[in-house]
Amino acid sequence: MSIGWYLAVSAIVFALGAAGVMVRRNPLVVLLCLELMLNGANLSLVAFSRMWGNGDGQIFALIVMTVAACEVCIGLGMVVAIYRRKLPIDVDELRELQG
Amino acid sequence: MSTTTWGWLVLLFPLLGTLIIAFGYRRLPGNTAGVIGTAAIGLAFVAALGALISLEGHSTSHQELTSSLWNYANTVGVNAEVSILVDPLSVFMILIVSGISSMIHLYSISYLEEDRGFARYFSYLNFFVFSMLLLVLAGNFLLLIVGWAFVGAASYLLISFWYRRTTATKAGIKAFVINVVGDTGLVLGTYFIFKHTHTLDFLGTFAAAPHVFHSGEADIVAGCLLLLVGAIAKSAQIPLHTWLPDAMEGPTPVSALIHAATMVTAGVYLIARMHVLFELAPAAQDTGAVIGAATLLIAGTIALVQTDIKRVIAYSTMSQIGYMIMGVSVGAYAAGMFHLMTHAFFKALLFMGAGSIIGAMGGEQSLQKMGGFRKALPFTFACFVIGGLALSGIPPFSGFFSKDEILLVTAELGGWHWALYAIGYLGAFLTAIYTFRMIFRAFYGDPVHEADELEKGHLHHKEHATNPANGEIEDDDVGFPGPHHTIAERALPMKVAMIVLAIGAAGAGLVQIPGVDDVVVNFLRPTFAGSPLYEPHTRDGLLIFGLCLGTVLGLSGIAIAYRIWVREPAIAVRARERFGAAYELFVHKWYFDELIDALVVRPATAAGRFAQGTFERVFVQDTMIGGSTGLVRAGSAAVRAVQSGFLRYYAALLVLGVTGVAFYFLLQT
Repeated sequence: MSIGWYLAVSAIVFALGAAGVMVRRNPLVVLLCLELMLNGANLSLVAFSRMWGNGDGQIFALIVMTVAACEVCIGLGMVVAIYRRKLPIDVDELRELQG
Repeated sequence: MSTTTWGWLVLLFPLLGTLIIAFGYRRLPGNTAGVIGTAAIGLAFVAALGALISLEGHSTSHQELTSSLWNYANTVGVNAEVSILVDPLSVFMILIVSGISSMIHLYSISYLEEDRGFARYFSYLNFFVFSMLLLVLAGNFLLLIVGWAFVGAASYLLISFWYRRTTATKAGIKAFVINVVGDTGLVLGTYFIFKHTHTLDFLGTFAAAPHVFHSGEADIVAGCLLLLVGAIAKSAQIPLHTWLPDAMEGPTPVSALIHAATMVTAGVYLIARMHVLFELAPAAQDTGAVIGAATLLIAGTIALVQTDIKRVIAYSTMSQIGYMIMGVSVGAYAAGMFHLMTHAFFKALLFMGAGSIIGAMGGEQSLQKMGGFRKALPFTFACFVIGGLALSGIPPFSGFFSKDEILLVTAELGGWHWALYAIGYLGAFLTAIYTFRMIFRAFYGDPVHEADELEKGHLHHKEHATNPANGEIEDDDVGFPGPHHTIAERALPMKVAMIVLAIGAAGAGLVQIPGVDDVVVNFLRPTFAGSPLYEPHTRDGLLIFGLCLGTVLGLSGIAIAYRIWVREPAIAVRARERFGAAYELFVHKWYFDELIDALVVRPATAAGRFAQGTFERVFVQDTMIGGSTGLVRAGSAAVRAVQSGFLRYYAALLVLGVTGVAFYFLLQT
């Protein structure tokens, strides 16, 4: 199978994630969509790794997963904190950091 | 010890006195500060005597000695050393300055006994004397300028010594500002000379000057005229004289110090010191002579009508300094310096006498409220009369010999100098009238209330201390003189100081009787060796005529004063009505304050207002400051709008941006 298919799937997953980040207002879903984007990128990394026949891309994918795990940790922690303070679970409402 | 070591010691003692009193004032009980201050100046006088004796040990051709402590700066052709020049002229000056000042310090111990600022006063006073000694001992222009500026600063501190008196602080500021005008002249003048001679050192400058300058060349004339500006500001000559009468706001001994020893004589000294340069600039010499003559006449007329006793003496100082400036400007160096010396004695004495009368009057200074103090203040009266006779030039008192000699040298130059000669004698006549007007009004006539009380042994004290200038009531806290006053009759230090000065005022003239013992001329000769104007004069007939004329004018002035103010006081009123215009002119001091106000102060204020209204408000504040802040504010407002706080909006921007960049690179390939 040519690399093109893999990349096409990866691009679709990434685009779905990006669209989700842009249109959804629930922070939990936004985090999920971020994961989609990261995994889309991972898919292309692994595909390239196979194309070149060495493990560099796979190692890269593993590192991305680690980073993703950390990020989800912090993201979910923040969501819990928002919930506990009885703030609206809506990224459009949480805009205190405007200039 | 070498001569210059004595010179350094003269500087060291007053400086030490200043520092000890300034840093130790908390630990100095009673009048210790006064004793330390007086001792410091006394030691300086002893050191000055040492310098004199040591200098006399040198042969006359080797009496110009310099010594340098360290090199202050040596860069871009300027070699500034901390060096002194000890020669007959500077030794003559340090003897007068330290000698008279030590007496004034002694007098001050009693006079300011009860003042809350006693230690501060003596610290300033020592600093004042130190500055003046530095000025006269300076061996180069740099140190001269330093001393010159120090004197101005010290005079400011002392004139506004009673710093809670508005009138005193204003007078201090006035003196300081006018003196800074003079300082500017001195510095610029130095530059004009330094530009050609390339040395700041006095002896080097004087040696080089005849070679680098032609007589009357533009640069040397400009330089000397600027030096002259410095001299007339410091010596209170027209038109920069208005600070001197106002300086009477300071304590009376300070007035004595400023007038007799430490300040107004600096201009005379400067011209004498720079005689080599001034002789190359005849225009500057003539200007100096004319200014001196104008001042002596104008100040004399103003003194005729003033009613504040200290101001009368102040105008008399201006007038006498006018003689000296005229003298040293026409080449009568020895006579000018001699008059400086005799004047120092009798003017300090007159101020001390005035201080005693003011003490007896409870701080009141107006002659109109005084009268009949002859019996109440016999000692002060005697001293005042001696000072007055010396000032009026009555033989054999000291002023008699010195004044006539200046005029003799002036006349010998011939031509228009005869006009100066005539003005000089007219001034002498006025001097006698106003001096004895003061004496007759204060000591003769019916005793006033204060004099009566004093005769019964009770020194008058006002219920409230007031400012004699405007009658404001004052408390007795620090910064005000307080209600306590002292008279010479009851204070030994004041008495001693006045006796010493009275002896000087009576007898100092005897050191130089023309043709008999030319002590001053011979002593100063090494300094003025190169001057063609210096050597004594041969016109014996004119000399005797001048001496007789001076005596006659002095005596007739006293007689007129006696007639007007003792015998028939109505004459004064009649004269005032008859010569109303002249009286108004004199009483308003020839409108010099108003003139300076109209010519300098008001235009400067108006220019300042205009510049504030247009340049500062519109250009600096509105355009530059307002413009730049407006720019930043508008820019940040635009950037802030992007920062909306919508997370999804940021994400969209990011995606759009990355997509845009990706497309750009794709299209490139």
